[in-house]
Amino acid sequence: MAALTAVSWSWFLTLAIGLSLLKCLLITTYHSTDFEVHRNWLAITHSLPVSQWYYEATSEWTLDYPPLFAWFEYGLSHIAKYFDKEMLVIQHLNHASPATVLFQRLSVILTDIVFIYAVRECCRCVNGRKESKELLEEPVFILAVLLLWNFGLLIIDHIHFQYNGFLFGFLLLSVARLLQNRHLEGALAFAVLLNLKHIYLYVAPAYGIYLLRSYCFTKSVPDGSVKWSSFSFTRLVALGTIVCSVFAVSFGPFIAMGQLPQVLSRLFPFKRGLCHAYWAPNFWALYNAVDKALSILGLKLKLLDADGASKASMTGGLVQEFRHTVLPSVSPLTTFVCTLVSITPAVLCLWRKPQGPRGFLRCLIICALGSFMFGWHVHEKAILIAILPLSLMAVDNQRDAGIFIILTTTGHLSLFPLIFTAPEQPIKILLMLLFTIYSLASLQRLFRKEGSLLSWLEAVYLTGLVPLEVFCEVVYPLTSWQQTLPFLPLLLTSVYCALGVTYSFFKLYLSMLTEPEGMQKRKDQ
Amino acid sequence: MPDWSLVSLSVLFGLTARWAVSLNSYSGAGKAPMFGDYEAQRHWQEVTYNLPVEEWYFNTSDNNLLYWGLDYPPLTAYHSLLCAHIAQLINPDWISLHTSRGYESISHKLYMRATVVAADLIVYIPAVLLYSLYFSEGSSKKQVSTMLCMLLYPGLILIDYGHFHVCFPQHWNTYNCVSLGFALWGVLGLALGWDLCGSLAFCLALNYKQMELYHALPFFCYLLGKCTRKGLTGKGLTHLLKIAGTVAASFVLCWLPFLADPAQALQVLRRLFPVDRGLFEDKVANTWCSLSVLVKVRNLLLPQTQLRLSFAATLLAVLPSCIKLFVHPSVRGFKLALVTCSLGFFLFSFQVHEKSILLAALPVCLLISEIPFISTWFLQVTTFSMLPLLLKDGLLLPYIVTSLAFLLISITLLSALEQTSEEDLKLKQLFARRRKHMPRFNAPLLAKSGYVLSVLCMAVLSFLSAALSPPARLPDLFPVAISLFSYVHFVGFLIYFNSIHLTEISSKKTQKKTN
Repeated sequence: MAALTAVSWSWFLTLAIGLSLLKCLLITTYHSTDFEVHRNWLAITHSLPVSQWYYEATSEWTLDYPPLFAWFEYGLSHIAKYFDKEMLVIQHLNHASPATVLFQRLSVILTDIVFIYAVRECCRCVNGRKESKELLEEPVFILAVLLLWNFGLLIIDHIHFQYNGFLFGFLLLSVARLLQNRHLEGALAFAVLLNLKHIYLYVAPAYGIYLLRSYCFTKSVPDGSVKWSSFSFTRLVALGTIVCSVFAVSFGPFIAMGQLPQVLSRLFPFKRGLCHAYWAPNFWALYNAVDKALSILGLKLKLLDADGASKASMTGGLVQEFRHTVLPSVSPLTTFVCTLVSITPAVLCLWRKPQGPRGFLRCLIICALGSFMFGWHVHEKAILIAILPLSLMAVDNQRDAGIFIILTTTGHLSLFPLIFTAPEQPIKILLMLLFTIYSLASLQRLFRKEGSLLSWLEAVYLTGLVPLEVFCEVVYPLTSWQQTLPFLPLLLTSVYCALGVTYSFFKLYLSMLTEPEGMQKRKDQ
Repeated sequence: MPDWSLVSLSVLFGLTARWAVSLNSYSGAGKAPMFGDYEAQRHWQEVTYNLPVEEWYFNTSDNNLLYWGLDYPPLTAYHSLLCAHIAQLINPDWISLHTSRGYESISHKLYMRATVVAADLIVYIPAVLLYSLYFSEGSSKKQVSTMLCMLLYPGLILIDYGHFHVCFPQHWNTYNCVSLGFALWGVLGLALGWDLCGSLAFCLALNYKQMELYHALPFFCYLLGKCTRKGLTGKGLTHLLKIAGTVAASFVLCWLPFLADPAQALQVLRRLFPVDRGLFEDKVANTWCSLSVLVKVRNLLLPQTQLRLSFAATLLAVLPSCIKLFVHPSVRGFKLALVTCSLGFFLFSFQVHEKSILLAALPVCLLISEIPFISTWFLQVTTFSMLPLLLKDGLLLPYIVTSLAFLLISITLLSALEQTSEEDLKLKQLFARRRKHMPRFNAPLLAKSGYVLSVLCMAVLSFLSAALSPPARLPDLFPVAISLFSYVHFVGFLIYFNSIHLTEISSKKTQKKTN
């Protein structure tokens, strides 16, 4: 075993170093406003006392991440001053000197070490049941590539600019710890993650229920339902202490200063619209599209009053509220209820028939996907919360591998509008091709004995993405629609991708609800 | 049977690296006046599109030859014309006569980059693919590794995709992938035994860039040797005539518009070979430049004498390997002769530019699967030798990244460091004969430590020249140090490649007999 790990370490290191080199090549590429957001946070945390962090509003990009992330920026700012002191001045809006760019980019690349470590921990959880001499066909190797070279992470972190690698490092680490049955460490990592970025609240139900059910209750009745007498109070206390102390460290000072309402109002701004500027490929994209189609149909058939029909275009690129024409408008509360309803069966299933860490993983993905499908103002980047954990299951069985292919391809394609500058187009397409070809080829080879990963319909659907992309990137700019229908490519892409994401969501759900029999069969054998 | 997904992944990797490197050069945008290779390329498109063929190479009121006059063979001009026609469709401002001088915009740069990628995709990459899949040794995985290594060779990527800004009155442009790609097709043709196709491809290379003359002697000697082997009276003669016919026909085709008037052809030749530029320029890792640290040859001798001296030295350097190839024509010997000849030309010939080392790097790429240790070492040094040039372009970051990536690949995928035994280095032949006179030593250890030491030195020198400013008395300290360091390596490599080429007699003879 020791020899095996020693060998595996070297290829893993090669992969990680090669990836880091590629990231370094992307340093000079386009960066989005998120670059300025993080620069501003560096400046705020560096030059202001803690009490003013969540009040400062010189820049429109106010601090809206939880306190631990602010501390993270505070730590970074102490290295930043050796690169360029000017970036730490709050008034220097849009400061992007070469030294600033270098520092910010390098900080992303270096903090990705957390992610790399977490991937390695995840790889340790993979059972190497496929005994093959070829390293390239080992599930461990495939998983490492799928996680490390994830297309979405690459373009969002290293072109668009964000610290997702660092954050996903904590998520994957906590998942790995739970898979290794080291529950307390897993809970700690997740608590830290929640205090770094609160978007991961989406998957918190899975964590809460799983830890409560499978850690605090030590035994189950043979049929799988909970055995109430096996409740371990000490475990609950240990768990609670860990989670609460993380929150205390993070939010404690702000509660002490009486700033909690201010911090929370920064963290949860509900003034934004239903959909983000670019539609995420979720249920609401389909909903909007149906509404649009109905309104056009209604106008044609004179069923609708032309003046009454809302003239606001849905995707003017602005984050604004949008009134639906035909279908009822959607309020934040509605989306909240929808999200809750969509994840409840999965969470209940996790409670009633826990299937070990794997069941938890599936529930986590469903929570992430459910909130992505029905959440309020969902950003298309949120799809990664589902894609990355799903990689772990993709190398485990053929059915999930098929879902993985569909979800990643559509999810990643929907990230395309994030990178819109001309020089970066080839990079985006090349990286996407690299990832897609690799995932298809390697997973297909891994499960070659179990037949094709995709049914013919799914294959046709995925192939359809190519003409769609060609139309949006090549044909569309040449047509006169550019003036009359400016949102057409985004709409087409998100609606088409939404179909795939919705399909994978249901397929995943189905597999969760039907899994128990399969699991029991395996246990019986 | 190679795994096609791996092959396509390697090609995609190569393309990604190329485009990512090209993105780095955008950082220097706006450094006006940006009159460099980029402007030269654009200007040629302007000239070829707007002027009749007869005026391309002549100084006229519309064609000022002092302003980036066309000084490449006709194929380059045709290529410019093709690019110009496409440019005309996109934006006529890019190539309008006179008014477009110094034109610069993001979209135009993108267009120029795209033309390089297109040329690379059409000419160079398929040749690399074919070569590594059909002519490199080892398992299919090994072949893919070889291919990846060839595709990611930093020198070519950095020069073709990074180099954009610097003003050099030199014979070079960014489409190295085209001429090198054609040369590679030529090698492929000869390796397949399709001598006519091979010589056609090489003629195209030669008509794209006159620098391909570095490779001409091995092609000539190999083909001639092969013909004499077949018997110069019977089969061999017809074969020779066929080859000569192909070469003549392809040259005539390329030069057709210029052949009507002898003055035209002469003018083109004069543009291609200006001998009044001096023995060397800048700091190049060849003999004359290195010698000038001790003796100022340039000032001591007359230009004519310099020309003769360099000619004689070059001839001496390449002759042994050429004779050997002529007597024993074999594909492997051909590849080795390509290395020694191009390296000999680089080290000794007249008016050499740093970037000419790419001509030696290409044949060394062909030996990656056979002698991974020496080849990757050589390729690292070639990239390093161009560092002063890359620094001027502001390509420090891509230089570091691509070199490290290449090092990583050569050590992990090709396990270069493990292949250092005498057998692996092809030195058995040489040592076997001189065993008695030589003390025994540990070749692998020696080679490995040399490699590590050399890589460390390169790292330190790179760091010094990037981070420190040289003392005021010696402004050229770092470039000279780099070129001397590389020169020592190149001389070593020249001796090495020559010796393994010259000592392989017996093995080839036995192989021939068994065939």
